[in-house]
Amino acid sequence: MDKDLILLGHGSGGKLSHQLLEQLIIPTLSGTPLAGQNDAALLEHERGRLAFTTDSYVVDPVFFPGGNIGDLAINGTVNDLAMVGAQPLAISVGLILEEGFSRAELAEILAAMRRAADRAGVTIATGDTKVVPRGKADRIFINTSGIGLVPAGLQLGGANARVGDKILINGTIGDHGIAVMSRREGLELETEIHSDCAALNGLTADLLAAEVELIHVLRDPTRGGIATTLKEIALQSRVSITLDEATLPLKAPVRGVCTLLGLDPLYVANEGKVLVVVAATAAERVLERLRRHPLGSDAAIIGEVTADGNGRVEMETMVGGLRAVEMLSGEQLPRIC
Amino acid sequence: MDYADEFRNREIVRGLAARIARLAASLEKPLTFMEVCGTHTMSIYQYGLRSLLPPEVKLISGPGCPVCVTPVGYVDRAVAYARRPGTILATFGDMLRVPGSFSSLMEERARGADVRIVYSTLDAVALAAKHPDRQVVFLGVGFETTAPTIAGSILTAARQDLKNYFVVAAHKTIPVPMQVLSSDPDLGIDGYLCPAHVSTVIGGDAYRFLAEEHGVPCVVTGFEPADILQGLAMLVAQKVECRSTVEIQYRRFVTREGNRQAQKLLAEVFTPTDSAWRGIGVIPESGLAIAEKYAAFDAEKTLPVTVEEPQEATGCLCGEVLKGKAAPCDCPLFGTACTPEEPVGACMVSSEGSCAAAYKYGE
Repeated sequence: MDKDLILLGHGSGGKLSHQLLEQLIIPTLSGTPLAGQNDAALLEHERGRLAFTTDSYVVDPVFFPGGNIGDLAINGTVNDLAMVGAQPLAISVGLILEEGFSRAELAEILAAMRRAADRAGVTIATGDTKVVPRGKADRIFINTSGIGLVPAGLQLGGANARVGDKILINGTIGDHGIAVMSRREGLELETEIHSDCAALNGLTADLLAAEVELIHVLRDPTRGGIATTLKEIALQSRVSITLDEATLPLKAPVRGVCTLLGLDPLYVANEGKVLVVVAATAAERVLERLRRHPLGSDAAIIGEVTADGNGRVEMETMVGGLRAVEMLSGEQLPRIC
Repeated sequence: MDYADEFRNREIVRGLAARIARLAASLEKPLTFMEVCGTHTMSIYQYGLRSLLPPEVKLISGPGCPVCVTPVGYVDRAVAYARRPGTILATFGDMLRVPGSFSSLMEERARGADVRIVYSTLDAVALAAKHPDRQVVFLGVGFETTAPTIAGSILTAARQDLKNYFVVAAHKTIPVPMQVLSSDPDLGIDGYLCPAHVSTVIGGDAYRFLAEEHGVPCVVTGFEPADILQGLAMLVAQKVECRSTVEIQYRRFVTREGNRQAQKLLAEVFTPTDSAWRGIGVIPESGLAIAEKYAAFDAEKTLPVTVEEPQEATGCLCGEVLKGKAAPCDCPLFGTACTPEEPVGACMVSSEGSCAAAYKYGE
């Protein structure tokens, strides 16, 4: 393999992305307060801790069932802040437009951004716009950065999962990836699948207000799906995780498309989902609380932290067999966010 | 009934596993069955089915991953077409990451080649219609399941009078290699889980010579977990009863005679040819070449490219894995030098490859 080439898989959120980060990006840029292994960096400040994060959005197609690149760009960054327990304060927006892009479509995207920001209770505080010649970008790319305030005493992080903890999710998996994929490939489905794109800061604030001591990890399983995110948690926390496939919330049409295209829903992206790792004593209470929330009606307990260990993730399959779960390798679906 | 959940029902699967264990208890020696098709291999790993089988029943994976059995030289040819000016290379996604001697299609795409993933052969024909000034070269890889759709694309292109649609044909047919493998004493195959989708086209009778002349029990089996365990139970029953016939477990789609329409398409567009299988070698009459009548669509005849002598990766056990003689973890490169990120052999690339399945889902 030609080591010099950047491949699409390097942007997939899976193993190749990790390699690029660990071998090149983090070592070269270290010394700056990088988010490293969590969704947002935490900056100590005399008046409290600030969370800081950034993300770029290159989804193709720009408009998909259930959203567009605009609300995705706001919600994605809001969610990265929410996952470290921060309440978002302000967001910046960088637009890169391709010459010839439609002004009406841009207006629609901006309106979606504004609506998403209002819903999440965050201000769009600053921004920048560049236009590049036709063919030098694909219609529109958006970068958003966000800062948020972390309440004192809060300790959330991928390394905090403990033996005995339960793993919960607030709803069905794979909706976003399959919504984008089916639009991009022009799949004609009887039931249209909508992206789950949503801001989760209200839901996470709700959970943390009630169970701040017992919630150990919050993570949004975006690119790479729940498999990759759970593997990351298992590795960071040095524990083993066992999933129960029969409990995984999955919409029938999403499962259908996955079967058709040979995709594993465990690896398909979500944009409105959170994995909650919580002490067993609080698991049922958190489940109830999730289910009462509009973004959590399909919530379920999907697994548990079974042992200290080397980061192994296993799944009891729906027929009772046992198999390993690894990170996404290469690209499953490129440019879904 | 949604025709999926029923075949993944835990109680039904448990019941079938118990039936296999009961039948196997009366056996004098352990049995080795080969699942021929890559989709079976994947399903067995994905559902953790080996963990449900008694120790007397061993499953080995066969050569039924189309990408895996495609020789390195074919990938080199594909790379050469990708580099050819004016060419759009259209392919099913699996071929993208398969390493050739010096490069892969993914690398060529990163260097600027126009490589497009399609989900249907007709999408490739549509590309040709949309880009009359370019040559669309489609990689025709696969077994009897895919081959009729390629035949259909060639007939469609002919009907539309397209002069810029070409196929690099490397289709393979499955029954003859099964006979080659079952006559290998090292393997000691006691029966076959015959492929599901291939059999919808060729029909159960295509395996009769194996069961009747070579004494190898054959059960055409579906891909869901309950299908696979039921197919295995039927194979064990044949052994216990000292029978050797072709049975069809996948009755909801497969008939004895198969899909006549698809067979007609194959006969119209292709002619049988000797074909090179990675790991096994050249097997007579085990491939499909584009018939003379449709030579205008045959990339190798109408758009020649120069390809250097292929170089197989050293140390890679893909060939042995494809014959079922080695398990993925027997290969010294497995999981170290050869991973899905940096594959050495095709078995680690394809979504139907044994090594990819073993790596992703664990042993």
